[in-house]
Amino acid sequence: MSKTDLTRRGLLKTSAIAGAGVALPTIFTASSAAAFTNEPTGDTVTLGFNVPQTGPYADEGADELRAYELAVEHLNGGGDGGMMNTFSSNALQGNGIMGKKVEYVTGDTQTKADAARASAKSMIEKDGAVMITGGSSSGVAVAVQALCQEAGVIFMAGLTHSNDTTGKDRKANGFRHFFNSYMSGAALAPVLANAYGTDRKAYHLTADYNWGYTTEEAVRASTEAMGWETVAAVKTPLTQTDFSSYIAPVLQSGADTLVLNHYGGNMVNSLTNAVQFGLRDKQVNGKDFQIVVPLYSRLMAKGAGENVKGIFGSTNWHWSLQDEGSKAFVKSFGTKYGFPPSQAAHTCYVQAMLYADAVERAGSFNPCAVVEALEGFEFDGMGNGPTLYRAEDHQCFKDVLVVKGKENPESEFDLLEIVEVTPVDQVTYAPDHPQMGGADATLGECNDGA
Amino acid sequence: MEAIILQVLNGLDKGSAYALIALGLTLIFGTLGVVNFAHGALFMIGAFCAVTLSRILTLSRTVVDETQTDFLGNPLQVQVPYVHDWFGQATGDAIIDWAVPLSILFAIPVMMLIGVVMERGLIKHFYKRPHADQILVTFGLAIVLQEIIKYYYGANPIPTPAPEAFTGSFDFGAMLGLDPNVVIYPYWRIIYFAFAAVIIGAVFAFLQFTTFGMVVRAGMADRETVQLLGINIDRRFTIMFGLAAAVAGLAGVMYTPINSPNYHMGMDFLVLSFVVVVVGGMGSLPGAVLAGFLLGILESFASMREVLEVLPGINQIIIYLVAIIILLTRPRGLMGRKGVMED
Repeated sequence: MSKTDLTRRGLLKTSAIAGAGVALPTIFTASSAAAFTNEPTGDTVTLGFNVPQTGPYADEGADELRAYELAVEHLNGGGDGGMMNTFSSNALQGNGIMGKKVEYVTGDTQTKADAARASAKSMIEKDGAVMITGGSSSGVAVAVQALCQEAGVIFMAGLTHSNDTTGKDRKANGFRHFFNSYMSGAALAPVLANAYGTDRKAYHLTADYNWGYTTEEAVRASTEAMGWETVAAVKTPLTQTDFSSYIAPVLQSGADTLVLNHYGGNMVNSLTNAVQFGLRDKQVNGKDFQIVVPLYSRLMAKGAGENVKGIFGSTNWHWSLQDEGSKAFVKSFGTKYGFPPSQAAHTCYVQAMLYADAVERAGSFNPCAVVEALEGFEFDGMGNGPTLYRAEDHQCFKDVLVVKGKENPESEFDLLEIVEVTPVDQVTYAPDHPQMGGADATLGECNDGA
Repeated sequence: MEAIILQVLNGLDKGSAYALIALGLTLIFGTLGVVNFAHGALFMIGAFCAVTLSRILTLSRTVVDETQTDFLGNPLQVQVPYVHDWFGQATGDAIIDWAVPLSILFAIPVMMLIGVVMERGLIKHFYKRPHADQILVTFGLAIVLQEIIKYYYGANPIPTPAPEAFTGSFDFGAMLGLDPNVVIYPYWRIIYFAFAAVIIGAVFAFLQFTTFGMVVRAGMADRETVQLLGINIDRRFTIMFGLAAAVAGLAGVMYTPINSPNYHMGMDFLVLSFVVVVVGGMGSLPGAVLAGFLLGILESFASMREVLEVLPGINQIIIYLVAIIILLTRPRGLMGRKGVMED
C-alpha cells in the first residue's frame, strides 16, 4: 500500500498548473478570434439579411427574405437542396458552412440609406453577423456596401442595378450578382433596333437619383450608337405619383419612342399614365409610338396590369427559364411558397449560396480569404448560364434577358416573355469604362476588421 | 399653345383631386375645428374601397383543369368568378369591368360609417385639446390606417383599371382645329374632372339650399348661439364629418384608374392638400376649391420641360413658393375670413 502525499497546498498548486494548462489553448483561440470581425467561434455562423420589410418595396423585400430562408434551409441540409444540386461547385455539403449551422438575423432597410446602414450596423455589432446581404435599391446598396467595407465584413448586394454599385462606388468587400444599367442598355439596343428600326427619336423620363442617371446614360449611349436620336431627357422627382405633366408634352416633342427610366412605383405610375394618354395608339413620324422600360421587375409589372403588354425591357432572371438551375430553384421555391420566385429572390438566393461556397473553398470565414475565393470565380448552374465574378470590380458577368410584356398571359405570374438571351460578350465592358467611374474607380484594400 | 392647353387640362385634373381633399379638410376644420391629418388616409381608404369591391366581384371558385399545367407542372387551378355563375359570362365580365364606377355606391356608406366612427370614437375626445394634440392623434391614426391596409393588401400598387369603354384618350386638338395627335387627353381624367365638379357643386348646394346645410353654416359661424336655440349641432357636425370622409373616399375611388392605388397614396396628397387649405384660407370652402385648381395648374406648368430648362427643380418647390408668397401678402389666404384660427 503506497502512501499518497497529497496535501491541501499541493493540490492547489497542481490544480493551478493544470488549470493554466487547460486554459492556455483557449487564450490562444480567444486571441485569434480578433483576427477578423465576428469570426464564428461556436458551432453556428450568423448571416445578416438586410431587406426592405416596410416602405414601398416591402413586397420585394418579403420575396428576398423567402429566398434567404430557403437558402439557409438548403445550406443546413433541409429541403430538396434547390440549386445546390445544379451548382457547378461541389464545395457545399448541406452541413451548414464549414460544418457550422447557418443562422440568420434580419434587418429592415426601409429603402432608406440611413435606416439600412443602422440595421446593418446593428446586425454586425449586436448579432455578430459575418456577412450582410440583401436590399432593393442602389442608394441602399452603395451605403451599406461602404459600411461593410469599414466594418470588415462581406457585403453580397441584393437587387441593385445602378452602375455605381460596382462602378465608381465599388468596394473590395462588396460583390454584386445582379446585372446593371450598362448591361441593360447594351442588351436592349440591338433588340430595339431590330424591332423598331434605327431611325427613332427617343424621349427619356428619368427618376431623379443615382440609378435613374446611370440607366439613362447607358440606354442613351447604346441607342444613340445605333442611330437613335435623343430628343429630350427630363428628370422626374422620385416622389412623383402622377406623371401626366411629364407625359402630356411627349407627343408634341416629335418623339416616337418614350424611355421610362423608372423603377417600382414610379414605373407603375408613369407607364400607366403613358398608356392612358393613348401614346401607344399614336403614329408619329409615320411610325407606331413605342414605350421602353429598361429595367423590368415582375412584381412591379403586376402593378401596371395590362399596360405592360408588348413593352420591351430587361431583367436579370425569369422563372420561366428552362435551364436545370432555374428549374430546380422554381420547383424548390414554388413548392415551399406556392408561387414562382421573383428576380430579386433569385439574385439573393444565389448570393447567399455563392458566399457559402466561397467560404468553403477558402476554408475560412475571413473576409479577405472570401474575397480571394470569389474574385475571378467562374461558375454555372445558378440560372444564368456560365458566370464570372470579375476580380477587377466584383461584378458578375453573365447573359442578360431581354423581355417583353406578354400579350396573352396564362396566369397571374405569366407577365413577361423572354425575347432574347443576350450573350455575355455583348454586355461586357472594360473595368475602367467611363460609365463605371473611369480609371479613378478602384476597389481599395480588402478589410477584415482586424 | 398646344403645350399650354395640355398643361391647363393637367392642372385642372390634378386640381380636382387637391380640391376634393381640401374641401373635406375645410369642412371638418370649419365645423369641428379639428385639423385632420388622417384625411389623406381617408382618400386612400376610398381607393381601397374600389380595390375591395373589385376583389369581391372577382371572388372565385377553383376548378382544376387537367388539360393545362401550372408553373410547377401540376394541373392548373382555374379561378371562375361567382358572378359568371350567377349572371353568365358576358354580364359577369361587364360587372367586373365596371367595378370602379360601381365602387362609388359601395364607398359612400362605407366611408360615411368610417367617418362617423372615427369622429365619435376618437376625434370627439380631442375637441377641447390644443391643435397640436389633434394633429398628433390624427397623424398617428393615419399611420395606423396605412399599416392596416398594407397588412391586408401588400405594399405594391394594385391595378384597378377603368371600364374598357373609358380607356384611351380624346383628341382635343382635332376638336379645336389644331393638328391631330397633339392635344390628347385620357377619357378617364376628363371624367375625373367632371366628377369632381359635380361633387363640389353638390356639397355647396347641400350647404346652401337645404335646412340642414343652413343649420351647419350657422353652427360654423356661431356654434354657441345655435346650441342655445335648442339645436343639437354636435350631431349635425358628426354627420358633416361623415360627409367629408365620403367626399375624400369618392375622390379616392375615382382616382384608382389614374394611378394604381397603394397604401401610402394618402400621404402623397396630404401635405399638398394642407397647403391648398392654407392658401385658400382656413375654413373657406370656395377658397379651398379655388386654391386646389390654382396650385394644380401651377404645378403642371412648372413641370414643363421648357420651364425646367430655365429653372431646374422648380417643379418640386413651386407650390410651396407660391404658398409663401400668398401668405406673406395675404396672411389669411386667398379667401380666408377674419377670426379663423386667430383666437
